[in-house]
Amino acid sequence: MHPLLRAVFSASFAASILRVTTPVLFASLGAVVADLSGVVNIALEGMMLISALMGVIASAFTGSAWVGFLAGVASGILMGLVLGYFHLKLKTNVILAGIALNLLAAEGTVFLLYAVAHDKGVSSSLPSKVMPEIQIPIIKDIPVIGAIIGKQNVLTYLALIAVVMIYLFLYKTSFGLRLRAVGENPDAADSVGISVHKVQFIALALSGALAGMGGVHLSMGYVSWFSRNMTSGRGFIALAAKALGRNHPIGAFLASLLFGFTDALSNYMQSLRVPGEFIQMIPYVVTLVVLAVYSGRQLKSGRSSNE
Amino acid sequence: MRRNAWFELLRTGVAIAAALIIGFIVTSLVSESPAEAFGYFLKGPFTSIRRFGSFLEAAVPLTFTGLAVSLVFSAGQFNMGAEGQFFIGAVAATAAGIFLDLPPVIHTVACLAAGMVAGAIGGFIPGILKARWNASELVASLMLNYVFLKLGMYLITYHLRDPSAGALVSLPLKESSWLPQFTRTTKLHAGVFVMFLVVFACYYFLYRTSKGYEARMTGQNISFARYSGIPVLKVMLLIQVLGGAVAGLGGAVEMLGIYRRFQWQASPGYGFDGVIIAILARNNPLLVPLAAVFLAYLRVGADVMAMYADVSAEMVSIIQAVIILLVTAEAFLAGYRHRLTLKEVKQRASAS
Amino acid sequence: MRAQAQPQATDPILLMKGITKVYPNGLVANSNVTFEVRKGEIHALVGENGAGKTTLMKVLFGLEKPDEGSIFIKGEEVRISSPNDAIRYGVGMVHQHFMLAPSLTVAENIVLGAEPRKGIWFDRKRAEQVCKELSEKYGLHAEPAAKIKDVPVGIRQRVEILKALMRGSDILVLDEPTAVLTPQETDELFEALKSLKAMGHTIIFISHKLREVKELSDRVTVLRSGKVIGTRDTDQVTVEEISRMMVGRDVVLKPMRPKATGTRGEVRLLAKNLNLVQDGTQVLKDVTLQVRAGEILGIAGVEGNGQVELAEVITGLSPCDSGEIWVCGQDATGKSPGEIRDMGLSHIPQDRMIFGVASNASISENLISTRYDKRPVSNGFSLDIKAVAKLGQDLISRFGIKASSAQQAVGTLSGGNIQKVVIAREFSTEPKVIIANQPTRGIDIGATESVHKYLVDATESGTAVLLVSADLTEVMSLSNRLIVMYEGQVVAYFDEVQGLEEEEIGLYMLGLKRQEPDEVTASMMGRPVE
Repeated sequence: MHPLLRAVFSASFAASILRVTTPVLFASLGAVVADLSGVVNIALEGMMLISALMGVIASAFTGSAWVGFLAGVASGILMGLVLGYFHLKLKTNVILAGIALNLLAAEGTVFLLYAVAHDKGVSSSLPSKVMPEIQIPIIKDIPVIGAIIGKQNVLTYLALIAVVMIYLFLYKTSFGLRLRAVGENPDAADSVGISVHKVQFIALALSGALAGMGGVHLSMGYVSWFSRNMTSGRGFIALAAKALGRNHPIGAFLASLLFGFTDALSNYMQSLRVPGEFIQMIPYVVTLVVLAVYSGRQLKSGRSSNE
Repeated sequence: MRRNAWFELLRTGVAIAAALIIGFIVTSLVSESPAEAFGYFLKGPFTSIRRFGSFLEAAVPLTFTGLAVSLVFSAGQFNMGAEGQFFIGAVAATAAGIFLDLPPVIHTVACLAAGMVAGAIGGFIPGILKARWNASELVASLMLNYVFLKLGMYLITYHLRDPSAGALVSLPLKESSWLPQFTRTTKLHAGVFVMFLVVFACYYFLYRTSKGYEARMTGQNISFARYSGIPVLKVMLLIQVLGGAVAGLGGAVEMLGIYRRFQWQASPGYGFDGVIIAILARNNPLLVPLAAVFLAYLRVGADVMAMYADVSAEMVSIIQAVIILLVTAEAFLAGYRHRLTLKEVKQRASAS
Repeated sequence: MRAQAQPQATDPILLMKGITKVYPNGLVANSNVTFEVRKGEIHALVGENGAGKTTLMKVLFGLEKPDEGSIFIKGEEVRISSPNDAIRYGVGMVHQHFMLAPSLTVAENIVLGAEPRKGIWFDRKRAEQVCKELSEKYGLHAEPAAKIKDVPVGIRQRVEILKALMRGSDILVLDEPTAVLTPQETDELFEALKSLKAMGHTIIFISHKLREVKELSDRVTVLRSGKVIGTRDTDQVTVEEISRMMVGRDVVLKPMRPKATGTRGEVRLLAKNLNLVQDGTQVLKDVTLQVRAGEILGIAGVEGNGQVELAEVITGLSPCDSGEIWVCGQDATGKSPGEIRDMGLSHIPQDRMIFGVASNASISENLISTRYDKRPVSNGFSLDIKAVAKLGQDLISRFGIKASSAQQAVGTLSGGNIQKVVIAREFSTEPKVIIANQPTRGIDIGATESVHKYLVDATESGTAVLLVSADLTEVMSLSNRLIVMYEGQVVAYFDEVQGLEEEEIGLYMLGLKRQEPDEVTASMMGRPVE
């Protein structure tokens, strides 16, 4: 068997899929929540990036990974509220507002990194912490499965729990009912006294919190430092995962796993004698292809004419 | 009509002023001497001929990406691909400049054409995905930016690299392909003429041709366009290809006029600046050079500030983000406009 | 200081005083309107489209903020800045466009905003229970677990009424509730409203159908151009008097249908066995029809029975699963809207703001949208700006569009003038076939009259017209021949429209009566279809 194939069928490869899926999964859940409330959140990329940096800075200054986590989540929430303020109160086009926030995050993080660490590339001079890995007692001893999900970063477990939580939140709570009603027919929600803006603000804050967790995982779990533009499009891949997962948390989970798989594969292929640039292209090309195939299928079944 | 134009101008002015104030506040948070730093930022581009030149030079690529984004925005498309198209256009022009063997002017034209074709392909891909399969051009073009960046770096590293140079740069372009520079003090070059040509071509296309009319109506109301018999999918594809060609041409002009050997390691960010320019110019090609000059001014000012003061140039992104947010905010100052309307209605009522 | 409302013998439950509302585009929707409703009455609010009825009610419900004026409920001055406030003061509203989330169930929609819960969880069983109890109490039946998108319009309206009642509304506002109903559904609605009145509810009924106003209401207030013209006891005024108050002159209620030519014209539009399935429901079922030169074929039917889809399929806006379409002898099946227009077809769309115009573009830009690549406007590549301007000027004066110049943005015109822009564009290309879908919806009587005139004139000069209208009076008085659609099928065909009763058509519209499909086709085509 080719070493690459052998690697792909190994439990450690499966474990690495979960690891690289984590940030995209968080962000795609954030995309689902925002989208069901009727707001397209393309600022996920920027939210992740800012949270990744804020987590590193806060954990470096307090010496606590969990304070870093909270700081990252809080910055995601703040970004969500800013997006909400401009889109909902000042009626900025939501796509353009998202672009603005992404731009702000891309260069703003470099600005902040330079102000704090006097470096424009990476945060390695900051003594930042990482989120702990956890071993789950009994499960870690089960063969294969134990190797896959027995020992992972705490944020990976949190992401898996979040899938279930977000599902219950959206489909079984009364607030979830309101959120979906707001997304489907805001006038209807408004006419029964539901504050559409309040619901959308909360949805955006939650969306930002989820993206923030994804960002924290990148800089405090996946690796242990912040580097400029380290999200490299994961926020946008999450949007594709949301679409592919039919705006449903479970669907978004499965779609994220697919992207996690290609990402993990490209990591494993680094050892091959293929130019690195090609390998790095894989996740983006796969996203493009999947997006095209899936949209095409939906077009046929839904007969949706152009918007 | 006139009231509207005046109001838009006012709103843009207030947004820029607010953005500068916020920029100053941020500067004073990180700087020992914020007033001095901000002074460099505002006055920097005018402090020497070389800087003034570099500020005008910087407006050239920005005009190209601004036009590219204006074209696709006019047709109601959210194509963020100008970044990657500009980059791959520059790579294509580099390849043509190195490998082709042609007499001077013809070589230049061939390189420009190579950049246009590469950029056009970059527009065609999200365009066809959207037109044929209804895939979001937003996500597709963002993904494509990464693909083009990697593809471009692969070509430079493995096929165009100058092995004798210490850094990762391409071989120099043949002199026959260059766009001549006007003086020794600045790098201002003949690409400016190409730029103005493209500005007028874009304006003519959008406002004076049937295809441009199709594009604008598709952007105004796609259901109306379809109903009227405008082939909206073809229009979307065409406008993405044209936008890509303009962005790619911009990359080529930059290579032939300024760098003359490829030396970027990362995407230079002109594509996203193009979005801000298109917004400031309200998608009107004739206003794009003005907006580009303004943005170039911000960029060069920030560089001067970073050089002489303790604030890094990325501060300018905060100003840019605030400008986008406020200029596109429909409700920003809308209360003022409503009071204005109310007053006018009352005046009319009391007059009659 | 504001003056307090004077308590009266007949107890006003609601008083809106001096309401003025100016929209951002400068349109004055309400100008110093004072409106008073007594407890326990059915009060009709009438006026032409655009007279300001809906705006006034939106102000009452907190959906629009008035620029001036005050509102008193049960003698107390109240500030209503959101629907929440309105609901708290006992005001419930049934909107013209239903305020329902289609993918949620009847019960979910009814309890939305006041959901029963267990902790943070939504209590679905309790919600369905509440829904059932309400239905029984008010005699308005609706299946709690059905999704809104699966139930008919009449039921959706009941859900809207139940929604308001669940929130304890004692003032119920209905905004043109009968516009989308069949005559039979209308009767059922009126019974329900009368019994609600008997239970002590106050009802405000917005309409421009005077026969219904006369039948149902106790008092009537007339609005015209944003101002109150007067309030009368309904039994003291005649329909003619109300109509004079509405328009300021006597109205010719019934337009004249085009004179039938002695011989039958050639077939200009032919649709054969059209079928279309959307989202799992068959929205067009074996639809066959033909329209000849010089006649209007009318399509009657409750909205949502396939008329929109039929118009979209014929004009190429959406594909059909099977069937054929022929326009002027050319095969138009599966062709694009542009190709079909080139065969000589014009289309007045149902929703002019979505399909009919680009509202930010100028009048002349809107007028050339179907001929921007043809002479004299264009040489195939570039536009002739002078020719565009000239065309704009010509059509503005020929069709009496009220505008300051051809450069004015269409969105700043009134509804009637916007429709005139659409009509001007669609009628000035010498069409051979016109599909007119709800051509007079939402425009004032003056504009309606001229639209009717253009349709009749075009028909008499040889154009074939397919007219879709939910306004039964309109479609019955304009058409030479008539078909009725129900659930995507042509269920009746009438070769002669004169002498038909609206009630009779209503039975077909509701699906209570139908002709044999083969007979329908055979008598419409004049011979068996090959």
